[in-house]
Amino acid sequence: MGVGLVLILITSLIFPGIVSVVKAKVAARKGPRVMQHFYDIIKLMKKGNVYSRTTGFLFQLAPIIYFSTLLTAVFFIPVGNYKALFSFEGDFVMFAYLMASGRFIMIIAAMDTGSGFEGMGANREAFYSLLAEPVFFIIMGSIALHTGHNSFYDIFSSLYVESALTYFVSALSIYLIFWLSMIENSRLPVDDPNTHLELTMVHEVMVLDHSGFELGLIQLAGGLKFAIFGSLIFNLVLPIQNNYFVQLAFFPIVQIIYAVLVAFVESFRARNKMMRNAQWIITLSALSIVVFLTILIIHEKVGMLP
Amino acid sequence: MNEKFENICRVKNNSATDLNLIPVYTYSEFSDLALNLLTKKENHCVNYFASPYKNGLRFIASIADDTAGDIILLSHFLASSEPKQLNSLTPKITALHIFEREIFENYGIAFKDHPWLKPVRFPHDRFDRNLKVNDYPFYKINSHELHEVGVGPVHAGIIEPGHFRFICNGENVLHLEIQLGWQHRGVEALILEKKQLLQRVILSESIAGDTAVGHSLAFAQLIESLGDIKISGQLMVERAIALELERIAIHVGDIAALCTDISYGLGANIFAILRTGIINYTQSWCGNRLGKGMIRPGGINLPFTNEHKKRLLEVLTKFEFQFVELAHRTYKLSSVQNRFDDIGTVNEDLIRSIGAVGMAARMANLNRDIRSSHPFAGYIQFPIEPVILPKGDVFSRFLLRRKEIKRSIAWIRNILANANFDTPSEKPVNEIVLKPDSFAISLTEGWRGEICHCALTDDTGNMIFYKIKDPSMHNWKALELSLRNLEISDFPINNKSYNLSYCGYDL
Repeated sequence: MGVGLVLILITSLIFPGIVSVVKAKVAARKGPRVMQHFYDIIKLMKKGNVYSRTTGFLFQLAPIIYFSTLLTAVFFIPVGNYKALFSFEGDFVMFAYLMASGRFIMIIAAMDTGSGFEGMGANREAFYSLLAEPVFFIIMGSIALHTGHNSFYDIFSSLYVESALTYFVSALSIYLIFWLSMIENSRLPVDDPNTHLELTMVHEVMVLDHSGFELGLIQLAGGLKFAIFGSLIFNLVLPIQNNYFVQLAFFPIVQIIYAVLVAFVESFRARNKMMRNAQWIITLSALSIVVFLTILIIHEKVGMLP
Repeated sequence: MNEKFENICRVKNNSATDLNLIPVYTYSEFSDLALNLLTKKENHCVNYFASPYKNGLRFIASIADDTAGDIILLSHFLASSEPKQLNSLTPKITALHIFEREIFENYGIAFKDHPWLKPVRFPHDRFDRNLKVNDYPFYKINSHELHEVGVGPVHAGIIEPGHFRFICNGENVLHLEIQLGWQHRGVEALILEKKQLLQRVILSESIAGDTAVGHSLAFAQLIESLGDIKISGQLMVERAIALELERIAIHVGDIAALCTDISYGLGANIFAILRTGIINYTQSWCGNRLGKGMIRPGGINLPFTNEHKKRLLEVLTKFEFQFVELAHRTYKLSSVQNRFDDIGTVNEDLIRSIGAVGMAARMANLNRDIRSSHPFAGYIQFPIEPVILPKGDVFSRFLLRRKEIKRSIAWIRNILANANFDTPSEKPVNEIVLKPDSFAISLTEGWRGEICHCALTDDTGNMIFYKIKDPSMHNWKALELSLRNLEISDFPINNKSYNLSYCGYDL
């Protein structure tokens, strides 16, 4: 039970490091150590906080709530045969809204600073997550329909891949969850984590005013988000019938491949025009409807459609 | 009218003229002549300034004729007893707005009907000392729907100070106003204050740190024309090579910076690496990666030899191979094209009306290149064809850099194949006696565009006035216009695509 949780937590600390190392190597740079990200967080945690006079208690509270919602969300994620801490009917809805409430509190905190930039970033973040939400629900709903279950563990444990159509569903779901994770983590092509240009930032500008321990928490939460999506992808990739040891061996491999893919996306393409982000995210939603329709076809429920 | 045109004073680039030969018109004659000249497409105003003279102000306008390769000099005089008011020419010729604003700021001459009579850079010796840099009169819109976003003068990146005020409707920019002057150092006054030639040329290298060669070349040519010094053809060619190396280095650095701004990691890093190859070569030649110490009046301390020639060929071959390969990949990448294409477009008419020069003009189908229209240094012996692109958007500015790099390399190769560097060029001159009562003008084409330096001497040959015009003086307006109806998040790439100078403007 706890093994899955430990795996996710370890991944969350190492994942950002792998991404930056691969990005550096691709660009012919030396790059930081894999654990540098982790050391930076420790350094931040030791530092004191600086608060702007315009902010209130909400601003100070937000990073803690944000981190704890994500940590709670982790408790809902099974890793292969390792059951999640919490598992009940419809837990993926709870999971999705835990993530959303974390984001909500960060948006409110950004508005609290009264800075023109932060309001702009908050506005963008709210807009993009609003557009991205259907992608997750349509995928999870479709798979729930397919398996006849509605909790993460049951869904993944009864997800059989037997025909060409189910292969297609799995592949497309993984593709969509990959891009969804890029949106959720404010990476390319929607956002750029490395930019210093406030006017083009989405997520980064929202955390500009945070410092010290709280900034450390926000960065930890960033790693957690990647680990959560990495585990979801792992669950879709690997059938649950394999034994525990095979799964234990494959978990890091899947995570590393995922990290390398993220780094490659960030190295070999440019980000979208801000204006085209909405269009791009809606395209993902449209693709998720393809998943839904395919499931309907598999279950011969197409006649139900008007 | 024709009569006046006949005895008009026409000079060549890099020449000193006796002040008495510049006709002094009345202001109405001056206005008629200037308007008449500037409505013609081949003419544009390269400088228009006022300087104290006897008991009043002497105004000199230099208008470049690109087809004839001449510079037309006009002047008028305003005695201190007369009212400090003149009719503005800006409503008819927009490009003059910045010159009139400068004169207004320095001498308090009110230009009647000027639509935008605002401070330029808040110089130390401005006319109205009570006006502080914080009191800049920004354009305002009273509306509940619109909001203002202010950026700067302190920025998140390591860049120069400038304040950008956006009036936005949601994410859309309706209006952008740029306020500069935060970096004013008083270069023009310092050049007059420092009497030694070496001090002066070092100052000129620091007018804009990224255009060290361009500005010091303009200064050196100006001094040489005032001191009547003829330099050898070989030295001219060496100077032009230095200028082209600066162009290549900055252009490739800008391509890298543009890739950074759109988060294209590969381009951002590799183009930056390529830039290092070029600036390291410049260092191995003159001891400074930015080309400082290269240009000196009358000669060169570290002449270009056959050994340098061999090494330059090697460096360029290596650079070109890698550059062409990566540029091919970058410029064809759909996500890069998608990001740059069709944003920040300024059309040819607008660009012409604001008097944009250099790259900002050539990317919008306007042929303005001093290297071909008023050749100087090595471009006299080895002409170069400017690169002109039609569209005027961010992608054009991105593409123009690639094409100019290629052309510069081809041009340097042509020189290296034909020119001979067996004997080293002459050494610099330390003391120069300047012609008395003269006006000298020097135009060069730095990587950013046309640089204009002007100087006036008194009856004993002392320099009494120095005027610098960096291409950014005109081109900041192009950035403001680019942002109209664009998303505010597109500002950084537009800004980077022009890469204008703050200190060149602030002086």
